[in-house]
Amino acid sequence: MASRNPEPERGTVTTDGMPSDSQEEAAVLAAPPELIAGSIGQYVRLWLKRVRSGESGALPVIVGLIVIVLIFQLKSSLFLSAGNLVNLMTQAAFIITLGMAEVFVLLLGEIDLAAGFTAACGAVIALYLVAKNYPWWVAVLACLAATGAYGAVQGFVITRLRLPSFVVTLAGFLGLSGLLLFLIDATGKIGVGGVIRLNNDILNDIESGALNPTASWIVMIVLVVVAGLLLFLRDRRRRISGLVAPPVSITLLKIAVIAVAGVIVVLVGNTNRGTALFAVRGLPWVVLVVLGILVIYTVLLGRTRFGRYIYAIGGNAEAARRAGVNTNRIRVVAFALCGMTAGITGIILASYLGSISSGVNGGQNVLNAVAAAVIGGTSLFGGRGKMMDALLGGLVVGVIANGLQLLGLAADAQLMWTALVLVAAVTVDSLTRRGRSSS
Amino acid sequence: MDGSLLSLHDIGKNFGPVQALSGVNLDIPAGQVTALVGDNGAGKSTLIKTISGIWEPSEGQLIWQGKRVHFRSPRDATDAGIATVYQDLALCDNLDIVENMLLGHEVRRHLLLDEVSMEQTAKQTLSDLRVTTVRNIRQPVGSLSGGQRQAVAVAKAVMLDARLVIMDEPTAALGVSQTALVLDLIGRLAKRGIGVLVVSHNLTDVFQVADRLAVLYLGRLVSAGPAADYDTASAVDLMTTGATQRNRGADRAARTPDSGPEG
Repeated sequence: MASRNPEPERGTVTTDGMPSDSQEEAAVLAAPPELIAGSIGQYVRLWLKRVRSGESGALPVIVGLIVIVLIFQLKSSLFLSAGNLVNLMTQAAFIITLGMAEVFVLLLGEIDLAAGFTAACGAVIALYLVAKNYPWWVAVLACLAATGAYGAVQGFVITRLRLPSFVVTLAGFLGLSGLLLFLIDATGKIGVGGVIRLNNDILNDIESGALNPTASWIVMIVLVVVAGLLLFLRDRRRRISGLVAPPVSITLLKIAVIAVAGVIVVLVGNTNRGTALFAVRGLPWVVLVVLGILVIYTVLLGRTRFGRYIYAIGGNAEAARRAGVNTNRIRVVAFALCGMTAGITGIILASYLGSISSGVNGGQNVLNAVAAAVIGGTSLFGGRGKMMDALLGGLVVGVIANGLQLLGLAADAQLMWTALVLVAAVTVDSLTRRGRSSS
Repeated sequence: MDGSLLSLHDIGKNFGPVQALSGVNLDIPAGQVTALVGDNGAGKSTLIKTISGIWEPSEGQLIWQGKRVHFRSPRDATDAGIATVYQDLALCDNLDIVENMLLGHEVRRHLLLDEVSMEQTAKQTLSDLRVTTVRNIRQPVGSLSGGQRQAVAVAKAVMLDARLVIMDEPTAALGVSQTALVLDLIGRLAKRGIGVLVVSHNLTDVFQVADRLAVLYLGRLVSAGPAADYDTASAVDLMTTGATQRNRGADRAARTPDSGPEG
């Protein structure tokens, strides 16, 4: 009955009725800097302030990536050669897409341990259909339908029976690794020796084909222009409606960063990586595939009701339920999308290997994918993360594997180094977050 | 009964052999703050859960704006205009203020979320309620103070055209300035013609903001009336024993007439 002891509040503690300096500062730090800053200088200052207070965003992983790249370049001058960088893109692609698959469920605070074998089983379906002379797109659609449906079944079991996703997908992991052997066996002559070859030029070209250099430039320029236009239109609409919008200079800066990244990627892709006699140039198709998926999924998570509800459930499932969100349906759809994206991964993997075999390491692949998402900044506890995290984290995992291979180190060293980087990434994340809560 | 927003008629609720509520009759008027007080286990939570559709009453009737209603889910109650604000259950820390306020009622434009119009709506509601301590409505709710979180949750209810706002222990775990902010907001809700039902342990806060008082004791409503008819001592008597020996009229005379906010 007596008035309760006031508990310490989050972030800042104030004693008077007016918002104090520290409270105001907390608000400044929590809001996106582009909505407060009036100029580039102010933007940079606010941004640095946020980084210092623990809201570092993608900075640690980008800095980490640069450091790792520099180390490898010092050890081997081949590392930053165009040929190796294109290799890196093709090697990292399936880790990145599998990481994106995991982001859907990680945001809910769940996990899908089966995704690596979902990918492999999906690839078997696609390659079997291709071998049976079905058109490539029928094979791809069948693969995505099957893997998406499998994901939905997992989601259904997890939500309806209220079982932990860890256990359900662990069972899926075991079951699908068995199913993989069964499926390859069942294909008979097609899968002789436990290997199904990929005999389709279009699907093979995802990883081994490339746009011609001119097309690479055109695609890059179109993408940058479209991205720039969308950013400008969005800011203009905010300004017209009387809302705070980032200054034009900052929007221009963002577009410049996108453009520079695009130019670098195309320059790397267009450099001759063959020999003087037999030139190989152009951006691998898989880069466009990965970028396309990244854009679609980023829009899905950031600009649709479905995406908003995923974050809401990951943040506070009870609040989402009380707000009228059908949390079970959103969860099932997220698992279905995770499965379907694993299916895409399976096709990319098969395209990279030129075949799919019973020896696919679906367990290690899925753990690498989860590591990629977490290194990129996605939380294992739900509510925090982006599709971009899987790209950045997947690049880190890919760079380590590629660089150590280049140095002639075997799988043992690769795995142990990846482990160290994962622990380092999670430590950095946890330390900065501790800094945030105590500042 | 005249013009009551919500009337409870002989509401009873039992869980098997346990009678949590029995024979509760209560009128909750619009434009006033009704405080529901009682000791632990008196049935306060059960009563608000019955009103907000989480549990259906075992007996009795709910009359909402003159019509008998059955709420089978919290959604039914929300749709009818009864919003319940729970301190910790209402908001997603990882979403910003606009996202939280519009959660479940997003505005779309060409299939994508219309952030501009949602931000305008949220901004308008907050300024109508004069919630001015929030600096930037694009900051995550996790970075807000307890009082600000409460304000966002209330603003969300108001934005959804709630006619009755139920608040469960709105000032528990809040500091002095934050409590003042929330009590101020409660008073402003009532001025807008919204009915407010506040469940609280804190009698200081209750007397500061309530127009009417309802006391539960062991699942029964033992007393209800204008807050001016009670003082802390008589309210404590009623909450702990179900009755008071004190002379209400004397109490009323003893109180300064302007001690409670009268809307």
